[in-house]
Amino acid sequence: MKQTACAVLAAWLAALASVASAGDDAPAPPEPRRSQLVNMLLEDCGSCHGMTMKGGLGPPLLPGSLAGRDSGALSRVILDGRPGTPMPPWRPFLSPEEARWMIDLLKKGVPHAR
Amino acid sequence: MLARVLMASLALALAACAPAPPLRGTGDLGLVIERATGQVTLIETTGRSAYATVKGLGDLSHASVVYSRDGRYAYVFGRDGGLTKLDMLRARIAARVVQAGNSIGGAISQDGRVIAVANYVPGGVRLFDADTLAPLADIPARFDGGARRAKVVGIADAPGERFVFSLFEAGEIWLVDAKDPRHPRVTRFEGVGREPYDGLITPDGRYYVAGLFGEDGLALLDLWHPEAGVRRILDRYGRGEQRLPVYKMPHLRGWAVAGDLAVLPAVGHHEVLLVDKRDWTEVARIAVHGQPVFAIAQPGGRRVWVNFAFPDNDTVQVIDLPSRRIVATLKPGRAVLHMEFTPRGDQVWISARDDNTVSVYDPESFALLARLKVDHPSGIFLSARAFATGF
Ligand code: HEC
Repeated sequence: MKQTACAVLAAWLAALASVASAGDDAPAPPEPRRSQLVNMLLEDCGSCHGMTMKGGLGPPLLPGSLAGRDSGALSRVILDGRPGTPMPPWRPFLSPEEARWMIDLLKKGVPHAR
Repeated sequence: MLARVLMASLALALAACAPAPPLRGTGDLGLVIERATGQVTLIETTGRSAYATVKGLGDLSHASVVYSRDGRYAYVFGRDGGLTKLDMLRARIAARVVQAGNSIGGAISQDGRVIAVANYVPGGVRLFDADTLAPLADIPARFDGGARRAKVVGIADAPGERFVFSLFEAGEIWLVDAKDPRHPRVTRFEGVGREPYDGLITPDGRYYVAGLFGEDGLALLDLWHPEAGVRRILDRYGRGEQRLPVYKMPHLRGWAVAGDLAVLPAVGHHEVLLVDKRDWTEVARIAVHGQPVFAIAQPGGRRVWVNFAFPDNDTVQVIDLPSRRIVATLKPGRAVLHMEFTPRGDQVWISARDDNTVSVYDPESFALLARLKVDHPSGIFLSARAFATGF
């Protein structure tokens, strides 16, 4: 991997560390699962929401767009999708804790986001 | 060690003061998008190698490319609205503008003079001078009596200096006559179906097909008879079966049209549909390994290569059209994103994002010919696209 991709990963991992220490948030999953989830967020969620989460076919998932929204409800959107829209359910691939952890991460924001 | 460093810097210095690079053609050149780093790797298919890297193209997490009519310049459409004109011979950026907040792709006019970019935000199409990238016209994708703007998808060039594209939220297809690119004329086709997600034009430039996400079916516009309007084809191809969730939208550009057959995706099903292009009726459906993203005709038209959405994206299948059978299942790497054939079909280049590789196969024997290290590769675009309608 080249610098930018590494920087992105590093920044995310740094963000994870702060999320993990932020009290009532979902616990950070152990490695290597954690890296897999970050990769999934950037790449597979990114194919609709943009790799920088600024939106694509799906809406932006930036801190500003998620602020004040109920984390439980948002993580249920990840798990069950939004029927009638292109947002698919990810329950076959994610535990409820992992989905919740993804929301915590998104609310913190992608430090590198341009 | 010191000697080596010295030698390397001397070689660099030499390269810098060297006279013009030797003359060469552009017909065997191409580029690979590096999804995560905002750079592209330039490739040549004669020696099957990478010859340069160009940085500074912005957010390429979704990107597509068209070529100038002489194959020298690549126009790269980035996710962040960046439009970059790349000199393939000098391996550097010739011009670049950031023309929107969020874009999905673009097209080049038949005469090569106009670049059209399709944008999500703000929803619409913008036209640019292919030479200078100076703006020529803005076509906002307004619907709902002008109150809302739709995301534009599936843009293609059409004969007669026209562009055709679809409006996701509006369910419309627009045909734009850009003969006078500062004053484009728009013909709207409304109510073509729910949520067109992408489109393609057949290689002869006659038919535009939009895939629908919001219902089972596709929308067809015959550009020989635009006055006849848009009609629905393959209606209810799901036959009421439960649709599976879609983890990645199929990309229709470049979907196989070979002989009398067109191959089209059944969204939400592990199937491709074979359609008779003479009357656009279904002739067969072929069960495949997962949800198809691309289905690319091998030059010659006998075989079609298909890749798949998450979580089946480590696989490529090869369909033999006459027998309608799958003749090969390949595993080129993790997260296969794209496949591109050399124009005469002696090689197929396949990107595997999560393995950071681009592999070159012999399409007949499936032998691996070369493997290149490329950081998070996604789209592969060869300059031969310059000579094809709809690419
Ligand atoms: C195939 C496209 C697609 C993929 C892949 C996808 N999404 Fe979505 N997502 C959407 C769309 C479209 C919406 C908006 C649905 C609507 O109209 O309400 C959405 C909505 C959401 C929302 C709710 C946003 C809001 O403001 O209400 C969240 C959270 C979300 N997605 C997270 C994810 C995560 C996390 C992933 C990856 C695990 C993912 N999405 C993958 C298309 C996608």
